[in-house]
Formats: sequence, C-alpha cells, structure tokens
Amino acid sequence: MSILTDPPKESFRPSMLIYDTRYRSMTIQVIALIGFLILVGWLISNTAQNLAELGKEPSFGFLSEPAGYDINQRLLDYDNQNSHFRAALIGLLNTLLVAFLGCITATILGVIIGVLRLSSNWLIARLMTIYVEMFRNVPVLLWIVFIMAILIESLPAPRDFRGDTPEATMNVFDSVAVTNRGVYVPEPLFHNSLGNIHLFGDAAVRFDISLDLVAFLIVLGGSLFASTKIRIWADKTQEATGLRPTTWHMRSAVVILPSLLLLVLLGFHLGYPALKGFNFQGGIHMRNSLIALWLALSLYTAAFIAEIVRAGILAISKGQTEAASALGLRPKRIMNLVVLPQALRVIIPPLISNYLNLTKNSSLAIAVGYMDLTGTLMGITMNQTGRELETVMLGMLVYLTISLVISGFMNWYNNRVKLVER
Amino acid sequence: MNTSVFFGALTVAGLAAGAAAAGTLDDVKARDKLNCGVTTGLVGFAAPNANGEWEGFDVAVCRAVAAAVLGDSSKIEFVPTTGKTRFTALASGEIDMLARNTTWTFSRDVDLKFEFVGVNYYDGQGFMVPKELGVSSAKELDGATVCIQTGTTTELNLADFFRSNNISYEPVPIETNAEAQQQYLAGACDVYTTDASGLAATRATFDDPTAHAILPEIISKEPLGPLVRHGDHEWGDVVRWTLNAMVAAEELGVTSANLSEMASGTDNPEINRLLGTEGNLGEMLGLDADWAAKALSVGGNYGEVFAKNIGEDTPIGLARGLNAQWTDGGLLYAPPFR
Repeated sequence: MSILTDPPKESFRPSMLIYDTRYRSMTIQVIALIGFLILVGWLISNTAQNLAELGKEPSFGFLSEPAGYDINQRLLDYDNQNSHFRAALIGLLNTLLVAFLGCITATILGVIIGVLRLSSNWLIARLMTIYVEMFRNVPVLLWIVFIMAILIESLPAPRDFRGDTPEATMNVFDSVAVTNRGVYVPEPLFHNSLGNIHLFGDAAVRFDISLDLVAFLIVLGGSLFASTKIRIWADKTQEATGLRPTTWHMRSAVVILPSLLLLVLLGFHLGYPALKGFNFQGGIHMRNSLIALWLALSLYTAAFIAEIVRAGILAISKGQTEAASALGLRPKRIMNLVVLPQALRVIIPPLISNYLNLTKNSSLAIAVGYMDLTGTLMGITMNQTGRELETVMLGMLVYLTISLVISGFMNWYNNRVKLVER
Repeated sequence: MNTSVFFGALTVAGLAAGAAAAGTLDDVKARDKLNCGVTTGLVGFAAPNANGEWEGFDVAVCRAVAAAVLGDSSKIEFVPTTGKTRFTALASGEIDMLARNTTWTFSRDVDLKFEFVGVNYYDGQGFMVPKELGVSSAKELDGATVCIQTGTTTELNLADFFRSNNISYEPVPIETNAEAQQQYLAGACDVYTTDASGLAATRATFDDPTAHAILPEIISKEPLGPLVRHGDHEWGDVVRWTLNAMVAAEELGVTSANLSEMASGTDNPEINRLLGTEGNLGEMLGLDADWAAKALSVGGNYGEVFAKNIGEDTPIGLARGLNAQWTDGGLLYAPPFR
C-alpha cells in the first residue's frame, strides 16, 4: 500500500509572471495590449484636442446641408439643392455600378484568357501571355487615364455629326452614336407605362421603382418556373418510359411568348438618340468616364483572374483529363464538365480578393472625372465643407462594408462549390 | 490593414495639427525656406518656365514674402496643389501660405479656418467657347457640356447660374487645368468655365487663340488672394503687409528701377516708413527694417508684377480693369503704412 500525496500546491507569487513560462506569454500580451490601447487613446485625444484648437470639432451635421454641386451620372434623381448625404448616395451607387459591371466583365474575360493561355495553339497561347503580362505589370491608374485619352482624342465630337456631309455618322441603323463624350444607345420606352412607385417620400434615401420592370421580371420569373416544370416532367417521362419527349419548342415558347405579350401590351418601343442643340438627346448615355473606368478595371483585373484560372486548371491532375478523354469526351466537354467544376474550388478564394481589389480600385475614378463615392463624399463634399476627417472616415466605413459584403457572399458561394470531404 | 491605415491617418492628422500650432514665422526662419502652395500650372499665374523655375503673378507674391522674411527670394519651395488638395495642404502645415488664385469666401474664411490676407486679383467666373459654335451669351448654353475644375467655387457658381436661368447642362468634372484644356480642345466639352483670368491664361497657350471666345457674362465675384492658417496672426500680418507693400509701392511710385535710390531716403515720410529708413515697422512685424525693400527688389511693385506676368503686353493680355489702383478707378487700396 502506498500513499499518494498531492504535489505541494505552489502558491502564486508575482515574480512568476515573468519567470514562469506558463504565465510569461500572457504577461507580455497584456502589456502589449495596454501599450497599444494607450497609443490609440493618445492618438484619438491628440487629434480631438488639435481639432478643437482649430475650432473644427468633429460633426456630421454637414451631411444634411444642401450640396450645391451637380453630378452628371446619377442613377437616382438628384439636383444641386439635395443634401450632401444624397450626393454621397449617388456616388455610392456609381461606385457599385462600375464595380458590378467590372466584376462581371473581368470574370468572363479572365476565364476565357486563362483557358486560352493553356491552349495547344502556340500563337493564341503566346498572345494571351502578352496580354496578361502587359496589363498586370502596368499600374491600373495609367490604364484608366490611357483609355480615357484614347476615347477623347480618337472619337468624333458631337459637332462632327452635324451638317449635310458630316465627318461622322451614327452606327447600327442610325441608332447608336459613338462620340468622345460617351456612347448613346437606344433606351426602352413604353407607350402604356404602368408608372413608378415612389418610396420613402422626401427622405434622402428616396427612390422610384419602375412598375414596368417589376411586371416584366415577374412574368419572366413565372415563365422560367414553368419551363423548369416542363423539364422535370420530361425527366420523369424519360425515367418512366425511356423516351425523352421533345420539349425545346415548348420551353422556348413558355419563356418568350408571355414576355413578348407583356411588352406589346405595355407599348414597348425604343427611344433613339438624336443630335439636338449641343449634345445628343434621348437614349441612354454611357459616359466616357464610365466606359474608360469600366474597361480599364476589367482588362486589368482580367489579367489577374486569367492567372488564377490557369493555376486552378493546372491544379487538376492530368489523370482526370486523360480519364475523361478515354471515356470519349471531346476537349471542350472535358473542360466544361470535368476540369472547370473541380478547378473552381481552387479559383474562388483568390477570385474574392480580386473582386475586392477591383471594387477598391474603382476609387481611382476621379482621374477621369467619374463621380463615384470618392469623387462626391471624399472629393467635392470634403472640399466644400472642409470636413476631412469625417468624410474620409465615412468613406472608409462604406468601402469596408462593401468589401465585407462581397467577401461574405463569395465565401457563401465557395462553401457551396467546394469539394465535400467525408 | 484597414485599422492600420485608420490610425496612420489619425497620426498624420494629429502630428500635422500639432505642427500648425507653433508660430509659422519662427518655423520659416528656422527652416530658412518658405513652403508656398501654388497651382499645378497656370501660365501667367504660376507655372515653371523653360529653366524649371516657377514664375507668375501668384509666384511673385510667394517670392516677395520669402525675400521679406528670409532676405532671399530663392529660399522657397513651391508645392503644386490641385483645387482639391490645396486646403488640406495648408491646414496640415505642409505649406506656410497658399497663393493659388483662391477665391475668398465666407465659409473658407470662417468654417475652413483660413485667413485671407487680402486680394491680389479681382476676378469673376466666365465661360470660354469655340467661336464656331456661334454662341454669344452664356444664357444660350442650354444642354451644353461644361468642363469644370472640381473642388472649386466655380462648381457651385455654375450650378447656381444654370439653376437660376432655368437651363440645363452636363458637368464634366476634371482635376487640373491641363486636363480641362485637353478635353475642351478635343471637343469632349463645349464650354470651359473658370475664373476669367484663368480662361485668358489658358487661351493664350492654344495654337489658335482667336478661334475661342470668352463670353461677356461674368457670373460671380471671385476675389483671389493669398491665404494662411487661421489663428497665427503674426504670420498672417507678414503676408498681408508684404502684399500691401507691393500695392502701396505702386501708388507711391516706388519701382524696381528707383528702389535703391529711394531706399537711401526721400522727402516722402510714407515711402521712408515703407522702405524702413524711418520708423520701426519692420521690427513690429518681427522682420528686418528693410523687409519691404527686399520684397520689392524681387519683381518690383504690384503694377510691374502685373504687367510682366499677365498684363496687356503678355500673351495673356489682361487689362488692369478692377485691379487698377483706387486712384485710377480700380479697387486696389492699400491701408496706410503708419
């Protein structure tokens, strides 16, 4: 029989905070944290005190004052008597617009270029290498300015369209005008328009929803739903009888006819741009600044996405391709059915950072006078009100929110497509 | 990453504001160099010449201040600023004074915490159009595309003008005068609007200046002048009275030609006080007795500077107009040196 005694309980001494390895790391962390907090506190109080001495206490009251300046591209109604907040909102929407368009175009271009860079055709593969290296290695600001300069200098001014023998003419059956102020394309109009719903009264976040668009989307959604039903019915029939009924004509009719009928009922027609006074009037005006920024951001980011796609494809072992090819699949189907779906799990995480980069790079818009959030809130509003700290902090907060939303969405998508490992 | 940028920004703001609190005059003397904010390039007002030396009407004010304070008009660092960056540069202490055809307005003086020391050019906002458009009045500009420098008072005046005349326009915001020139000449905008003096200066650099007209409407008052930070009155006084010395010298007939002669003493007590042979005005400012003489030795009096840089004999060809001495029917009126 042996007697088990507990080891003598060591009492805690303060010196153990330094000499005992169990506590030492914690001590260091606590000291570092306190030091960091003191530094932050000093910075904040110092800034606040200096601003107070200058007589510029932080205040966000300026947001509700009239902005006084005009914005050329506005997705919601706005005039110069609206508040700075409204102006910032218009800028935010412009940021989101160019980021959205840019992400889509960059992805499409990037995937095509990345795949083509692996092409067995020597010329195509080399051309794509040149593209990637050219766009990846020049700062995006230079591309933005360069494309803008090309648009301004090489395209005809609206006044060149005037006269009996004009120097420039409109394209595509006289419906599209390409000028050095932007591209004017026909706009959809309705004779029997359903009108708009106005939301939020007079608030700064007010906006209109076009009922025509809502009706069209509802009909289209219903048609797509019906089309899916037909496919399911076809699948069932095939399982039961072994024969697949021909459904493409039914399905296309279900999708196209109701939408077409709705458009006819609403009196759909196109509004063409026409030269009136100084400018083209009517149609949708896509300004040069938008086109230059959109193109530059897309082409630049596409080069990075192409490399990511290439890496993703190369990450799939050759055995997969060979096995698919042994089953008799043609190269195009191997790419679409075997390689790309697996490559996606490698591609998506770095793709997220590229979307974020594109969105943040859109703040270079001021170089071409595109009125995004940086141009309105952190540009003109800051300049006219002199609230540097407040506007920049607000702007940072907004960009942070946009980035977090994008990465949240992409992470959700990544979780859906990643390989399920058991 | 975002946090570190945030704290970085706070640090900069904190340090800069700290620097701004000290006396600028002492800072400049200790540094032995004046940091002066100017435009990124507007011929006649501030632009580097073929040798890379800055010259122009606004630059002359900077040089006069440098000469008055440091005794040498070359002890100066020119910091090019855009319409957007100029106020941050001044408020943060990056520059000691701003001489960048900046309009004196209430909110800039009171809310942005700056101090305009005077007016060196009385201006107004105008419009420039190609003559081939056949426009003779700004009220015919309905629907026009207008190039405008962003972050300026002209932006607000433009919005007000078109609003009150109930006509529409499309603004094309641009950052610098050079960009505006490019867009305007390529026809990407129909109209270029800025201060009338700036329009004349820009037009002078065109291949064919006669093909462009400046419309008769002047839609705003734009008193342009140098400014310093609010609260540092000693420094404000130095810049203010250097400018006044240039104006007073013209009124009193002190020119760069007769400066050395007059600096040895004249029968006119006011000239003597100005040039430091009588009284102790320089000492009151914290400068040498001959501060004004040094300032005037750089480019002469206001009239000489005007004639050399933007006057009727230069390509810019501006008439004195409102900027004549009060004795000649203009608005220039320097308070007495007493």
